[in-house]
Amino acid sequence: MATVTTTAPAVQEEKLIEELGFDDHFHEHEHGDKYKSNFITKYIFSMDHKIIARQFLITGMIWAIIGAGMSIIFRMQLGFPEESMAWLRPLLGKWIEINPDTGVGTLAPEFYYALVTMHGTIIVFFVLTAGLSGTFSNLLIPLQLGARDMASPFLNMLSYWFFFLSSVIMFYSLFLSTGPFAGGWVAYPPLSALPQASDGSGTGMTLWTLSLVFFVVSVALGGVNYVTTVLNMRTKGMNMWRMPLTIWAFFVTAILALLSFPVLVSGFLLLMFDRGMGTSFYLSEIFIGGQALDHVGGSPILYQHLFWFLGHPEVYIIILPAMGLVSEVLSVHCRKPIFGYKAMVFSILAIGFLSFIVWAHHMFMSGVNPFISNFFVIFTLIIAVPSAVKVFNWISTMYKANIRYNAASLFAIGFVSMFISGGLTGIFLGNSAIDIQMHDTYFVVAHFHIVMGIAAFFGMFAGVYNWFPKMFGRYMNDTLGKIHFWGTIVGAYAIFWPMHYLGMAGVPRRYYRFDNFDTFSHFATMNQFITIAAILTFGFQILMVINFFYSIWKGKKVTTQNPWGATTIEWTTPVRPGHGNWPGKLPTVQRWAYDYGKNGREFIPQVEPLKEGEGDQGH
Amino acid sequence: MDLTIQENTGRNKIHPYKFAMWVGCGSLLMMFASLTSAYVVRQAAGNWLEFSLPDIFKVSTAVILLSSVTLHSSYLSYKRGKEQAYKLLLVASFILGLSFFVFQYLGWEQMAASGVPFTINPSGDFVYVISWIHAAHVLGGIAALAVALIHAFGLKFKVTEKRRLRFDLTLTYWHFVDLLWVYLFLFLTLYR
Repeated sequence: MATVTTTAPAVQEEKLIEELGFDDHFHEHEHGDKYKSNFITKYIFSMDHKIIARQFLITGMIWAIIGAGMSIIFRMQLGFPEESMAWLRPLLGKWIEINPDTGVGTLAPEFYYALVTMHGTIIVFFVLTAGLSGTFSNLLIPLQLGARDMASPFLNMLSYWFFFLSSVIMFYSLFLSTGPFAGGWVAYPPLSALPQASDGSGTGMTLWTLSLVFFVVSVALGGVNYVTTVLNMRTKGMNMWRMPLTIWAFFVTAILALLSFPVLVSGFLLLMFDRGMGTSFYLSEIFIGGQALDHVGGSPILYQHLFWFLGHPEVYIIILPAMGLVSEVLSVHCRKPIFGYKAMVFSILAIGFLSFIVWAHHMFMSGVNPFISNFFVIFTLIIAVPSAVKVFNWISTMYKANIRYNAASLFAIGFVSMFISGGLTGIFLGNSAIDIQMHDTYFVVAHFHIVMGIAAFFGMFAGVYNWFPKMFGRYMNDTLGKIHFWGTIVGAYAIFWPMHYLGMAGVPRRYYRFDNFDTFSHFATMNQFITIAAILTFGFQILMVINFFYSIWKGKKVTTQNPWGATTIEWTTPVRPGHGNWPGKLPTVQRWAYDYGKNGREFIPQVEPLKEGEGDQGH
Repeated sequence: MDLTIQENTGRNKIHPYKFAMWVGCGSLLMMFASLTSAYVVRQAAGNWLEFSLPDIFKVSTAVILLSSVTLHSSYLSYKRGKEQAYKLLLVASFILGLSFFVFQYLGWEQMAASGVPFTINPSGDFVYVISWIHAAHVLGGIAALAVALIHAFGLKFKVTEKRRLRFDLTLTYWHFVDLLWVYLFLFLTLYR
């Protein structure tokens, strides 16, 4: 596989690496290629960051199909509550209750809640955390920094397998006879703390917690590696101000994850003690089934604080990698340097910092002191500043650019659109006064799905289409990619735009059906419209999955090392890089990552030395 | 040709594994920072049983501090090639580590006997839970020390960079759980 070498244009870069590169004697040691030894160590228990990246991506895609498929099922319930769902019985079994007289099958209400809970958990953690930053941090950090691999390949492997273990546990919980956990992805007590609170609160919740604790272990092992690699393993000449924005984003993401996920574990540990050992951290005086419990004086708000201290940085853990990918993809396909590189870096840092002091904006209506709310309102609104700086810079990068419209760049542009639309509604929700009306309505659902759900998916798609040639040595079909893009952006707006109206009218989220409320009855057709849009959009994602797997084996072969004409050094590796990434010396970096359209040349690779008197724009 | 290499990327200043260990400790610290914050928030809410920490915790604090000193001396002896001192101090550290665990256990017993058993009130439960979770991390350290002992007595004595690094990582983690306990002990003592 590693024998596939290139012929054409990148020879120039290879010469530069040969001439200026730095010899770490990597390939002189016999360990150089030991991971190729057999199928199991190469493809399954691999310690190579490129394989681990693909493992994260494909596992994430499987979860994305499951998670999105669940949303289709509960959307059918919301859009067509009168229709029979009996045809889903082969898949869902007893969760479709068939009326013996009429033969009409309805979705069991408790399973509706389980689906909503699992949809959130799966998409937030397994797809947009592991599948997004797990994939691209692993793929790009060593490749774009000029490292042979991660700081600790072994911990990196463990990181994936803990994620896998966590996945298996969560997947198993879907098939429990009492159903998976159904108390919402935030798992607030008492629903999560009392096993007898609902069907899903028993074994379902136990497995949910166990799965997420393993997930945090995976994130922590990955995060330690990402931070260490970025700070310690950069090649010569790659100072911090020469790093591509992707790496800045992954770096700050990893720091956020390392600081916030352990807090979630603390929250879960206290929850487990409440569940299993009779403590009262979160549980206050409660009657259940007519019986008073022993618990006295606990505070469910305490859990909310601990949860959202993770939960809010978590949304930036999701969106920052997408932002990094979009910055890079936009710059490459606009053939222009990213506008305001340093402002972009400082915005990432500012967003990272602010993300830790806004968590209580998720709790305005939970009875926290309104004066404390003011503090959180102010910092929440301040986050709009660095976010707006980034949006301005993306648009300025596109301004008067000769943009190459392909699937990757379209998704990057779509990201900017989604981020603006969703970001604006965030300004409404960040105000504690307006939140009195808006909280727990479809307005919130619309807001966060657009700004961190769809937008993060768009960033991920941009990354997948752009770096697919690096991952698999082949291209994805661009026509199918463009169809995927247009279907998804139109579909996503069709799903979530109407939800703003529902929310402003006060339609609450998480309800099983609305047709028995007179107030909301005139929204029936709107709900049908949303459901149909969701089904169609889901279809376009299946198209992408087919394109992906077809292209792995049958896609058009990449014949040049640098198909997009990018400056960054991952494109100086062979088309299918072997273990250690560069066959000979490591490249040394001579300039910043965004020399496009400079000195009359379309792009100047990072390995090319600065000319006499030429300034390095990165610093 | 001028290579215009700006910096040598700091690759020789600190070993990546050592750095990764620091990052990991920072992450674990967040876990305890959040537990102690939860303690502060919960205490402010009232219904809070007042009691003083068991005296034995003072002994265990002294023991774990001493174990850090012995382990650090053992590490220095290893680097200087003093085999005898290295082995003796390592054994001493391991024994002190185990006795910390025993003293913690006695402390929990003393607390329960003095009228603050588990689940009676969150103020006691926090002390139990925080010290249990800390003890779990100490167990990890004791496991690492056990591995170090196996290396010390199972392998021929030789000062190599690889073994020095391994010892250094164990030492860093042990200092971390030690200082972490000192923080927790001071916090739980002062913030009643």
